[in-house]
Amino acid sequence: MSTGRDPETTRGSGDLDPRFGRYGGQYVPEALMPAIEELEDAYRRYVLDDEDGFMDDFRARLRDFGGRPTPLQRADRLSERYDTEVYLKREDLLHGGAHKLNNALGQALLAQYMGKERIIAETGAGQHGTATAMACSHLGIDCEVYMGRTDINRQRPNVFRMLANGAEVKPVDVGRGTLKEAISQTMRDWAETVEDTHYVIGSIVGPHPFPRLVRDFQAIIGEETRRQFRDRERVGDSPDAVLACAGGGSNTMGAFHAFRPDDVDLYAVEAGGSTLAVDEAAGVAPNSASLSTGSEGVLHGARTRVLQDGDGQVVESHSVSAGLDYAGVGPELAHLVETGRVRAVSVDDDAALEAFHRLSQTEGVIPALETAHAFAYLERHHDELGEEVVINVSGRGDKDLETVLEETAARDVENAPDMSVFEATDGVMGGGHLKDAGGDGSD
Amino acid sequence: MTAVTDAGAAGDEGVAETARGMARAFAEDAAFVPYLVAGDPSAEATVEYVEALVEGGADAVELGLPFSEPIAEGATIQEGIVRALEGGMTPERYFELVERIDVDAPIAAMTYYNLILQHGSRSEGPPSVEPFVARAAEAGVEGVIVPDLPVDEADPLRAACDEYGLDLVFIVAPTTTDERLAAALERVSGYLYVQARLGTTGAREETSDRTAESLARLEDHDRELGVPTAVGFGVSAGEHARRVTAAGADGVIVGSALVDVVAEGVERGRPTAAVADELREYAAEFKRGAVAGAGDGKAGAPDGNGETGAPDRDGETGAPDGDARQDGPEPRLRTGGGTDGGP
Repeated sequence: MSTGRDPETTRGSGDLDPRFGRYGGQYVPEALMPAIEELEDAYRRYVLDDEDGFMDDFRARLRDFGGRPTPLQRADRLSERYDTEVYLKREDLLHGGAHKLNNALGQALLAQYMGKERIIAETGAGQHGTATAMACSHLGIDCEVYMGRTDINRQRPNVFRMLANGAEVKPVDVGRGTLKEAISQTMRDWAETVEDTHYVIGSIVGPHPFPRLVRDFQAIIGEETRRQFRDRERVGDSPDAVLACAGGGSNTMGAFHAFRPDDVDLYAVEAGGSTLAVDEAAGVAPNSASLSTGSEGVLHGARTRVLQDGDGQVVESHSVSAGLDYAGVGPELAHLVETGRVRAVSVDDDAALEAFHRLSQTEGVIPALETAHAFAYLERHHDELGEEVVINVSGRGDKDLETVLEETAARDVENAPDMSVFEATDGVMGGGHLKDAGGDGSD
Repeated sequence: MTAVTDAGAAGDEGVAETARGMARAFAEDAAFVPYLVAGDPSAEATVEYVEALVEGGADAVELGLPFSEPIAEGATIQEGIVRALEGGMTPERYFELVERIDVDAPIAAMTYYNLILQHGSRSEGPPSVEPFVARAAEAGVEGVIVPDLPVDEADPLRAACDEYGLDLVFIVAPTTTDERLAAALERVSGYLYVQARLGTTGAREETSDRTAESLARLEDHDRELGVPTAVGFGVSAGEHARRVTAAGADGVIVGSALVDVVAEGVERGRPTAAVADELREYAAEFKRGAVAGAGDGKAGAPDGNGETGAPDRDGETGAPDGDARQDGPEPRLRTGGGTDGGP
């Protein structure tokens, strides 16, 4: 734990520091602590020390079931557009359509090694829920997923997928019915069922050891990227910058972790929502930018950056992207931003929607709205990022099509395609008018 | 050491010999410790409710300061917290409310760690627990209970509570290991909150088998305890209270069952005074149950080892009152009476 060494990258079974600088820790009810200690022990044995060949089993399943490695692809037209070498780490091509499977499969498998009989999980966008449902179906474990009512309504395709994989979807009606409430409710379930149940948390949040455990399962993204980049035998060994969107931050840390020792700028792109201001009276932050605008607090078991009012009440976050819509962030990211290793930046809803259309039109990749935030940052700041940039395409956008159609109709998104074909049929666009598609020359 | 009360009675129970702070609730006989959410549905109502509970026999009060993410609470208390937050309850209003409550029973603030951390925090530098504890002490709060603060993270708050003379109550669960129990016992003051079963708060018809197990385990630590034990989670009738103290607990904590009464008052638009009356009666039922159980425990097992509850009920107390209550004007109350065959 000396400051000169990097405790986060230490491997082997010593005592693990539950903190990342000031952040992290274990702020959970006592009833959960024994299970958390049991999990820490299992993490040390199976993940860090590879007992019983756990990591080999995990990697083999990621390959055969998940489809790893995912490609690192040069984005030809974006590279031309920005006069920058732009590479896409295609996590959208992982089974299920997002990086989430890395973690869900890892934790579900770990739970099986630990002898747990039941899996519970929370989900926001539904990506973690679908990944967990797939992993549990693959491994033959019972799975229940808590999901906010609002998210159920805006992520219907993912709800269907979870049900199709045999999971039970449990609606959470408390509060605004999004990720924050779903996590709280899953923790309550776990407090009651902790002896035979493992909670597959969906991001690098929660009490230690979850932030490390999830990061280690996701770190394969950056490990592959780093190797793939070098295999291209280009001028530099490393890209100048790696960009990833950041909600809870699992794809972010997954993409960044391997690059931490390198001379690579790391950008965590948060959801700026409609504005970065917090409305304390209404208890609402019209954004989800906890790294950029939050303050130090304790949420869901960890000390981290939190969107909160002056009293410490957690406020409702907002983002057009359900997967980024969260009032907290992983404690490790909070720490890395504080030390300056990671830069926290943000883009608003409009820019994200525009970026969604741009990537879809120019590269043939329909990104998740979460991912689109990283591309929006690239659009605005490409000349500050260096010559070679990697963007983590954390997920595909099929799940977001309905939202994008609605949101695009409600706003003047300049590069949106012409959707009038819908108006002619059933008025599904809610009377919204759509502008002409401007191809990629919209700015 | 001040405020020495009936040292003989306290000593019999293995309780602190000098009763101060939260522990004085346990000095005379088996304690009844109710929980309410402050500001549910208003600060004025809470003042009346707390006073009524103490009139009814409460020996200490756990007063919840509502937090937006109450991960340890079941539906009943979550809803109470929502009502309180919607009613405008804030930490500062909470302390003002405590200052207005005129009771002898000590009050413990029960809240989540983030509110403690943020109170009076400045924009510069990391937040500190000290301003909260200082303000709580000033307002007359005598103890703090933090459901999301396990012993592992509690040293800063323990230090601040020591500085300002507040007790810090820890919760132990059925899953708590011996090592963790020992760590809690090193740091606890006031009383040890024994969680009767796994899960979140909420009224239950049956007390858990694991309550008895937990208490039996605490017996092993009895000599080193130094603090009384109070059992909570799921207690919803005088009969439960009786079983809990008969099994060896020094007191019983009741939360959701009382918050249910408040909730129903809100739903039916009942006057505050009427709800307060009901709380007073309900408090009396719990207190009678707790005291009767303590008597049973002593009669059945002088070592306090009556974990299955004494079979010979005291006809004057616990159970009949619980039944009487069931026949009262509030039939929805899930008073266990003699229907459940639990321990």
